[in-house]
Order: sequence, then C-alpha cells, then structure tokens
Amino acid sequence: MADAVEIAYFVEARRQVLPGPYDVTLVEGSITTEEEIERIKEVRRQSGLLVTIGACATSGGIQALRNWADVGEFTRTVYASPEYIHTLDRSRPVSDFVPVDFELRGCPISKQQLVDLVTSLLIGRKPSVPEHAVCNECKRHGTVCVMVAQGIPCLGPATQAGCGAICPAYNRGCYGCFGPMELPNPAALGARFIAMGQTARDVSRAFRSFNGYSAAFRAASEQFEKDAIPR
Amino acid sequence: MTEQTPLLGGQVVISKPALQQLFDALRTAGYSLIGPTVREDAIVYDEIAQLTDIPIGWADEQAPGTYRLRRRDDQAHFGFVVGPHSWKRYLSPPSLRLFATRRTGDGFSVETSNDPPPRYAFIGVRACDLVAIAVQDRVFVEGPVQEPHYKARRERAFVLAVNCTEPGGTCFCASMRTGPRCSSGFDLALTELDDAFLCEVGSALGAQMLSAVEWRPAGAFELSRARQAMADALTRMGRGLNTHNLPELLYDNLEHPHWANVAERCLSCANCTMVCPTCFCSDVQETSDLVGETAARVRVWDSCFNREFSYVFGGHLRPNTRARYRQWLTHKLASWTDQYGVLGCVGCGRCITWCPVGIDLTQELAAIRGEGQL
Amino acid sequence: MNSTLAKGHWSPATGHPMVPQPAVITHVQPEAHGVMTYTLGFRDPAVGEAYRFHPGQFNMLYLPGIGEAAISISSDPAEPAALRHTVRIAGNVTQAISRMEAGGVIGVRGPYGNSWPVDRAVGNDLIIVAGGIGLAPLRPVIYHVLRHRADYGKVTILNGARLPADLLYPQEYDDWRSHDIEVVVTVDRADETWKGRVGVVPILFYALRPDPKRTTVFTCGPEIMMHFVVYEALARRVPKDRIYLSLERNMKCAVAFCGRCQYGPTFLCKDGPVLSYDRIEPFFTVEEF
Repeated sequence: MADAVEIAYFVEARRQVLPGPYDVTLVEGSITTEEEIERIKEVRRQSGLLVTIGACATSGGIQALRNWADVGEFTRTVYASPEYIHTLDRSRPVSDFVPVDFELRGCPISKQQLVDLVTSLLIGRKPSVPEHAVCNECKRHGTVCVMVAQGIPCLGPATQAGCGAICPAYNRGCYGCFGPMELPNPAALGARFIAMGQTARDVSRAFRSFNGYSAAFRAASEQFEKDAIPR
Repeated sequence: MTEQTPLLGGQVVISKPALQQLFDALRTAGYSLIGPTVREDAIVYDEIAQLTDIPIGWADEQAPGTYRLRRRDDQAHFGFVVGPHSWKRYLSPPSLRLFATRRTGDGFSVETSNDPPPRYAFIGVRACDLVAIAVQDRVFVEGPVQEPHYKARRERAFVLAVNCTEPGGTCFCASMRTGPRCSSGFDLALTELDDAFLCEVGSALGAQMLSAVEWRPAGAFELSRARQAMADALTRMGRGLNTHNLPELLYDNLEHPHWANVAERCLSCANCTMVCPTCFCSDVQETSDLVGETAARVRVWDSCFNREFSYVFGGHLRPNTRARYRQWLTHKLASWTDQYGVLGCVGCGRCITWCPVGIDLTQELAAIRGEGQL
Repeated sequence: MNSTLAKGHWSPATGHPMVPQPAVITHVQPEAHGVMTYTLGFRDPAVGEAYRFHPGQFNMLYLPGIGEAAISISSDPAEPAALRHTVRIAGNVTQAISRMEAGGVIGVRGPYGNSWPVDRAVGNDLIIVAGGIGLAPLRPVIYHVLRHRADYGKVTILNGARLPADLLYPQEYDDWRSHDIEVVVTVDRADETWKGRVGVVPILFYALRPDPKRTTVFTCGPEIMMHFVVYEALARRVPKDRIYLSLERNMKCAVAFCGRCQYGPTFLCKDGPVLSYDRIEPFFTVEEF
C-alpha cells in the first residue's frame, strides 16, 4: 500500500508533513475542545474525502460517557490542577460539526475494512463495509448464538457487523463496538435482556459504552435509564 | 462381516457400535464425515471421525429464542433434533470464491479452481433437512441454470439420514408433511431403537457401504417398534402450522396490520434466514489486490432482512422491518410455491429457536389468519 | 422459463455460469449528461457469432476489481454483432465504465431475462412509453418495428426526460417518424432552447384514443411514472394483459441464485424484467414491496 498511497500527515508514524489539500483524510478521535472544532473545519476544507475512523470519531467514543454527567466534577476528581483543563461539556462525533463522506466504525476499527476502504478508493469500487447486524458474521462463521444457547445478553443483533464477530466466538456477548446497525431495534433487544433476567439499569449501561452517544444507542440507554427509576 | 449385500429398500438391523464400521467404510471410500457434535453449548454439524464424536447421551431443549443442552438418562445416539447449523453450510457455503480474474495485456483472463470439490458424508440428516436439501436442489440444480459448486458437492455427497422419534419444542414437520420419517433422498436411514439401529437402504451406494458393516435382516418386532415410535412422534410436535390456502392467505394480506406488530419485536438481524435450511439468498462481492491486477467474485450468504439487499439506484426498496419480515414470510410460504412448486418452509423450527427474541412464525401466521392472538 | 437462459452462450469450459466473456469497446457514443452508449464486440469470435438477444433483455457487465451491473441492451436485435448498451452513471460500476474508451475491455455475460412480446403484439397498435434511461431497453423494440413495420398498426412513442439535454437518441427521432411512427416528446423542465412540450410523460396519454381491442402498451421508466402510465392505459380500457412494464430490482447473479430480484411470484432476472400488468397488479401498489 505504501507505493500506491502517499502519506501526507501522520505524526505518530512519520516526521515529514506535507501541506494540503489532501485526496483523502482519515480522522480519528472525537471533538472535545473549541480548538478541535476549528481544526476539523480546516481539515474538511483541505480534504477531498473525509473519512472518520473509530468509535470516537464516529460517535463520540467512550469519553462521551461524560455527556450524561457533570464534566467539571470529572476534571476536579481526575486532575490535580483542573483549572488547566479546557474542554467542552460534551464529547461529540466529527459528523456533528462537518459533513463526513464515509465512516469506518469500531473500537478498534477493522484492519481489513481499512485496507478494503483504501483499495476501493484507489480502484473506484464501493467499499464492502456492511451495515447489517453482527449476527450475519456469527452465522457465516458457524458461531453458535450465545444469547439463544447460553442466555448471555449480546448486542450483536443491534450492532453493525465488521469486527468479525469476535466476542461471541469467545463465549461473550457483543459489546457493540461497531455501533448501531442500519435499522437497530434496541428497545426490543433490551426488553429481551430484561426477560432474561437483566435489570433496566443493566440494559441502559450495556448500550452506553463505546458508541453510547450514537443516536440509536443513546436513545435506548436513556429510555432504559428512565425505566430503571422506580415509580 | 455379512456376505451378501442388503436389498435396495430393505430394512436391516445393525448394532449401535457397528455404526463405527460404517464411519470407517465411508472414510476409507474417501468421504469427509460431517455430523452432529457438541460445541459451544449446542449440537452443530462439523467434521467427525469416531462414533464418540457424536452427542451420545445428549438432548436439546428448544423453545422460541432458547436452546439448552441437557444430559439424557440414556445413551441415545441421536436423542436430539436439529441445531443452529444446517447442511447448506456444506452444500452452499457461507463464503465461496466463484472464480478469479487476472488483468492481461488485452483485457482479463478467468481462473477457476481446479481443486476437486469436497466429498462429504452427511451423518444424521433429519427428514425435514432432507426435504430442505431437495428444496435447494430446485434452486441450484433443477432450474434453467445449474450452480456448479453446489451441484458438485451435492452429487458427491453420501447421506446417512435419521428418522426422528422425539420431536423438539419448535418442530412442526408434521404440519409441513416433511417428517418425522425420512421418505426419500438418503443413501441409508437409521431409526434408533433402544439397543440397535433399524437401517433402511435408500440407494445402491448405501447398500454397498453396508457391505462393510455387520448387519442382520430386520424382524417384524423391530419394524413395528420403529413404526410405532414415528407414529408417536407425529403426535408430539412442539408446534403446528395450518398450511391451508397458504399462498392466497399471504398474497391477500400484504397490508395486514399484523406486519407492523411483528416489526415492533423483530430485530431485522437476519438470524432466521441464516439458520433456515432453505433460504439461499446471497450477495456477490468483488475483492481484489490494491491495484486490481487480480480480482475475485466471492459469494456470501445474504438476507432479505439486510437493507443492502433491496438497494436499487436511488434508494432501498424495503427500508423498514415491516416490509422485510413480510417479504421473508411471503417468500417462504407463498411465492416459493410459484417459483419452485413447493413451500419454502420444512418445519424444522430453527428460525423460531434461533431468533434472539423468539419470534415464532407459526404464531405470526396464525395471527395473520386471524386464529388466536399473541 | 426462458429458453435463452437454458442454452446460455458461455461454454461449460469456462466453469461457472457467472463467468463473463471479454468484449472490446469498439465505439463510445455520448448520449446525454452522464449517459453514454458503448458498442461492444466479443473478443472470442465464436462467442460473438453465437450471441443472439431479444428486445428487452439485458447483460451483466463486469469490470475486474470493480464489480458487475445489469445493463439493458439498447441495440437492434437483428444485428447482434453490434451489441450496444446505453449506460447511465448510477453506481461504481457504471462510473468506472464511463471512464473507459474505445479499445477497453469489459466482461459481458448474458443475455438474461425475457423480452418485450413483439410477436404477441403483431397486428396491434403499439404505444411505447419511456421515461429517461427507460428508452434504452425499448429501443430494440423500435428497431424491430422499423424492420417489421407492416406487422403493426399505429405506433406511438411517448418519450420524456427531466431536461431537454437528458433526452435519449434525439438524432434518431426523424428516422423513426419517417417510418410512420408518431414520436411525442416532453420534458419536465424546459430551458431556453426548448420549443416542445413541458410536463411529465403520462400526460401525453391525454391526447390518445387507443382502440382497446387492438392496443399493446410497452413502458419503461421510473416506477412512479409507470404507475401513472398504467392508470392512463387502464382508463382507456387497454386490457391489463396488454400493458407491459419493465421492472428494475437489484441483481447480483442474473441466474436466479441470489434472490435479490424477487418480485412476488417471479424473479425478474429470469421471469422478467418484462411483466404484463395483470401479473403484477396485486403487488404494484403495495408499499415497500
């Protein structure tokens, strides 16, 4: 790939930085400061194609947990000198600030999807990034459904495929690292978790992880949080 | 060893340990044995070698959305029904490279695989699944165009069937008239008795394989016990489905309000279609190296529950679950008949058991029919 | 069941029914904005000589590394050697085709699908209704009619496009008219050059008084347009089984394996794409079908 692609800006891997504009920009990380808002707008201006990669950039990441809490309280608890910390009260996805052309989901992303994306851009093919549920991958691999056979709550039926369905292959439920599938039904899935013995609070927390601030998971986690309050 | 070869259509008795002799004979003949075995808390179909690889003494308890293995209090060799896998995994694999292309000076060349197709012996195929295989035959080899990968696997496969004497909690083969007895499409078919197997010879190949196995002719008592066991099984189905006027019922109810009711519960996760032994829909994807010098066409299992499935230029035809579930059930139980002359459902119950939220097509259909409420 | 499928023109030696045959682009004709017609010749002369198609059939066009797309054949069935496809840029495959020039090689397999029933329509008046790129699969019918003009009564072509520049094959209309074919053209939106009609295609029906006993309608275009065409045709008592539509669905295999083009009891790749309205009526108005 190194022959076909010129890497212009990747400070973690290369010292040399080439000036824009760029054909393709891959953006990692969520937007959490005023400076980043301005920076992402400049990145957008310099980029032909803007691709967000990873749960942070596509949905705000795990740090978006603070979106349901008091960020000031967090900084006071975590940092010795909180007065030096300048941050927005929400961690938000890149797409909240600039138009995004393509997303690679996941925490972490799939290397295979990244290679396929770059290959597809080079050749002019549609990247084969599925938008359907993780269950498709379990079934193609022959992995036995952990939810049906073992009663383990699994976010796979609401989560976008692409990771290779790793967790169920190791007898774990899916954690939703790839965020919501194209047509998730978290309400019905969560109701099933409760029927299997989980509490509404458990369900709320299950949806509120790496992609908790994505629209579908966020709505579900807030609804189940409400359900958890005794009336 | 018995000297003579049993007659086609005949019934013989073999001891339970003698099944190993059949396994050995099949392996010697070049077959890879694929059969039931315990893995990941379920009975799946995988490569097996020994009789001890099969789930002797295990049973499966199935209900909508749940499947649990349990120890039996006997040493039944086939005391379970069907699990999450079906034989389509081997006949029409989940991911298959159809052919490859290589760029040449004046265009491209096509490279197809010269690897011989696998030669499978399917061990423990149930009556519903025999019918399911026959249904997929209509799709892949009996239509105007033959799918060569399926055809090669299918023609080379040996089928050791097993009659069901203990239906599962989500079974309804009696309604679909596909079981519990295997009526055709096998080389050999076993009925498990307490201390032996009754074995029906379904093909010359089956008879030939039996020649390596110790057997004796079946007695009237054994035949009657097997008949009785299957007659009892008919009355113990976990589910039922009224097949009367099915295509008309569904075609007449495309706008039934119940579709929206299902959509509230359905996850659109595609599990039902993936476990269904007759569902055959696929995607064909293009893969290549970085510059497109070599490329391949790869077929993967797909589902009418996935949005991309209904993509046309300008949008998706079935953006909502209501339309997707309707598409699936209407295909299975109505348009399948128009296309293939048979229903697309064989009553195996997999879609009920393996639906993560336990949606039961027999109940959904009853609701469409106006019989009973959910 | 379509006999052309069963025969197939690929040789079993190529292994799989989905293996394409290389064909060379011999000519590229720009037609409209984002629409071009490609003339193709099979590289293997034996394949080219055996190749036949009927009006309304389609091919799968393949580009290695990119993928495959179903594209209607838009040329004269009497001249199968000059195989032409009119391609509108829609997805990645058509995008990649649009970058190709004469001399380039495309994979072709087909022809697939059934055809416009030009034989059944013999002796009838024909109303051919096209919207946008929908004229492409109908042009082989027009060529057939030109060659067999005496077989048909009054022939009317109702053709529309969004903008004047989007109209397909305008240079051919005079030739069609010279064969006693009425060609009526409309655009959704006019520009300063346009002197003709403005409005959607189905309104062209208003002026028609077809004889219900001897009229056949062929239509292809956006599904919403075809809805109104059917409505207007039925309002003029054209029988349902004399109104033919060419439907579009996703296709990955074109040989009824992938399941994507299922339309009620049919697979459009083998039972379609051309279906008479009486066969699709129960489904045509069902939302998200």
